[in-house]
Amino acid sequence: MSTSTDETAKSAADPAGISGAAIRAGDRSFLGLSRGAGILVLAVMAAIAAFLVWKAIPSLQVDSANFLTEQSWLPDQTPSVFGIAVLAFGTFVTAVIAMLIAVPIGFGIALFIAYYARPKFGKALGFIVDLLAAVPSIIFGLWGLYNFMPAVTSFAEWLTEYLGWIPIFANDKQLWTKSLLMAGLVLAIMVLPTVSAISREVFLQVPRMHIEASLALGATRWEMIKMAVFPFSRPGMISAAMLGLGRALGETIAVALILSAVFEVNTHITEPGGNSFAANIALKWGEAGEVGRSALIASGLVLFLITLAVNMIARWIIARRKEFSGAN
Amino acid sequence: MSKQIDINDLNIYYGNFLAVEGVNLTVRANSVMSFIGPSGCGKSTVLRCINRMHEVVPGARAEGAVRLDGENIYGPNVDPVLVRRTIGMVFQRPNPFPTMSIYDNVVAGLRLEKTKGDKRNLDEVVESSLRGANLWEEVKDRLKKPGASLSGGQQQRLCIARAIAVEPKVLLMDEPCSALDPISTLAIEDLIRELRERYTIIIVTHNMQQASRVSDMTAFFNLAAVGKPGKLIEVGPTQQIFTNPQEKQTEDYISGRFG
Repeated sequence: MSTSTDETAKSAADPAGISGAAIRAGDRSFLGLSRGAGILVLAVMAAIAAFLVWKAIPSLQVDSANFLTEQSWLPDQTPSVFGIAVLAFGTFVTAVIAMLIAVPIGFGIALFIAYYARPKFGKALGFIVDLLAAVPSIIFGLWGLYNFMPAVTSFAEWLTEYLGWIPIFANDKQLWTKSLLMAGLVLAIMVLPTVSAISREVFLQVPRMHIEASLALGATRWEMIKMAVFPFSRPGMISAAMLGLGRALGETIAVALILSAVFEVNTHITEPGGNSFAANIALKWGEAGEVGRSALIASGLVLFLITLAVNMIARWIIARRKEFSGAN
Repeated sequence: MSKQIDINDLNIYYGNFLAVEGVNLTVRANSVMSFIGPSGCGKSTVLRCINRMHEVVPGARAEGAVRLDGENIYGPNVDPVLVRRTIGMVFQRPNPFPTMSIYDNVVAGLRLEKTKGDKRNLDEVVESSLRGANLWEEVKDRLKKPGASLSGGQQQRLCIARAIAVEPKVLLMDEPCSALDPISTLAIEDLIRELRERYTIIIVTHNMQQASRVSDMTAFFNLAAVGKPGKLIEVGPTQQIFTNPQEKQTEDYISGRFG
C-alpha cells in the first residue's frame, strides 16, 4: 500500500513522469573522458614544442653562422658553426623523390585492389600491402643498403648517361651509390604501402550509389573512377599522401644507413652525399657534446615545424571546397 | 525515338543462386510498364538486367536475351557501356554526384568519352533537360550550387534530368519515389506521364496506386518462398491487372491478402 501512495505523490509532482537529471552520469563521464583525451593531445604537442624550443636556444645563441643557410655542421668546435641547409635540402629532395614515385603508384595499387582485381585476389593483395606497411624501417634500410642499392645502381648510371644533360642527373664523381636518389627510392618503397593501404580504405568508402550513378550513365570503369571515386575520395587521398610524406620526412634509420657521411648540398642527386634532419640526429647524437646535442634538437625543431606546416596546408586544401564534399 | 523491349527466357543469378527464373516480357515503345510484387521477388533485379547494371555486382550474371528493337543487349559484340548509354536509369535514392554542381550533374553523361561525338551546346542541354524534368524554374538561378543542396524530390528530378540529358531510348526507374514525400511523388508521377511521349519507361514500385496512376501495363512478380527464385506471374494492361487479374497470386497481392 505504501508504494501506491508513493506513486500517487510522485505523479502529483510530476504528472507526465519525465522529471529526472537532465544529463545522465554516463553521458557526463564519457564527455569528460573524450574532452580529456582531446586536451591531452594538445598538451603533449605543446610539451614537445616547448621542450624543443627550450633545448634548442643554447646552441642557437652560440651559433656563429647563419642557422638557416650554413652548410657545415660543427656545433662543438669554437666558435660553433652549424646550419640546416644540407639537412633541409636532403630531406626535401628525398621526400620529393619518394612522393613522386610512391603517390601515383600507391593510388594505382589501391585502385586496382578496390575496383579492378577480382575480389578474392584483391583481398589477398590488400593483406600483403598492409603487412608491408608494418615492416620496421631498419629492415627497409638494411635491404636498401645490401640488396636494393646494388640492384638499382645501373638505373642511376642510366639516368646519368641518357638524362645527364639535365643538371640534377649529372654525375662528376663517377659514383652512383649512397646518393639522395637511392635514399629517395628506398623511402618511396617504404611509403608506398602506407599510401596504398590508406587510399584503398578511402576508395572502398565511396558509396555504391555514386558508383552506380556513373555506370548507369554509360561511364567506363576509368570514367566511373574519375567521376565518382576521385571526387569523393579527394580528402582521404590527400591524407594518405600526407601520412606518407610524414613518414618520408621523419624516416631516420633507413636514410641514415643509405646516405654517405658527406655533409654538403649536392644538387647532383645521383652522387653520394647529403643528409636529412632525422638521419643526421641519429648519426650525430652519440658523439655530440652539449652544444652539439642542442644544435641537433634545434634541427629537430625545424623538422617539427615543417611537418606541422605540411599538415596544416593539407587541412586547408581539404577544407577549401567543403560545400562540395561528399560528406553532405 | 523510343524502342521496344523484348525479354526472352531471362534467368538471373547471384553467384550460383538463381534469383529470377524464366522471365518473358514485352514492353512496347512509348509506353509505361510498372513492375510490382513483394520485397525480394526480383523485380529490381530484372530491371537492372535491362541496362546490364545487374552484372556490376561481383558474381552477378544473367542468361537469356533482352532485345532492344530486336537487338540482343546480351549479344557477344555488345558493349555494356553503350547499352547503359542508350538505356537510362533512375535509382531508388536520389544520387546526384555530391562534388558536382547542378549544372555539372546534368551534363555528367555528356562529358564521357563515348558521347564526345555529341556536339550539342551544353547550356541548351542543361536547360532542356531540367525543363524536361520540371526542375528548371526552381534551379535556373543557382546552377552552380552543389546538387546535394537541393531537397530530396528536387534531387530525384535532377537525377532524371541527368538521365535524359544523354537522350536515352528507354528510362528505367527503380522505386524512384520511395524516398520522397507525397508532393514530390506527385511531381515525379506527372513527369513520368510527360516523359512517356518520348521514352519507353519501366518503373519498379511498391505503391500499387502509383502503378495504376502512371502505367499502361503492369507486371506482377512473386516468389514461392524465401530462397526460391522469383518469377513473373502475370503481365497485362494495368486496368485489367488491378480489376480482373487472371492469376490467384496476383489477386491475393493486389487485394492485400499478403505481401
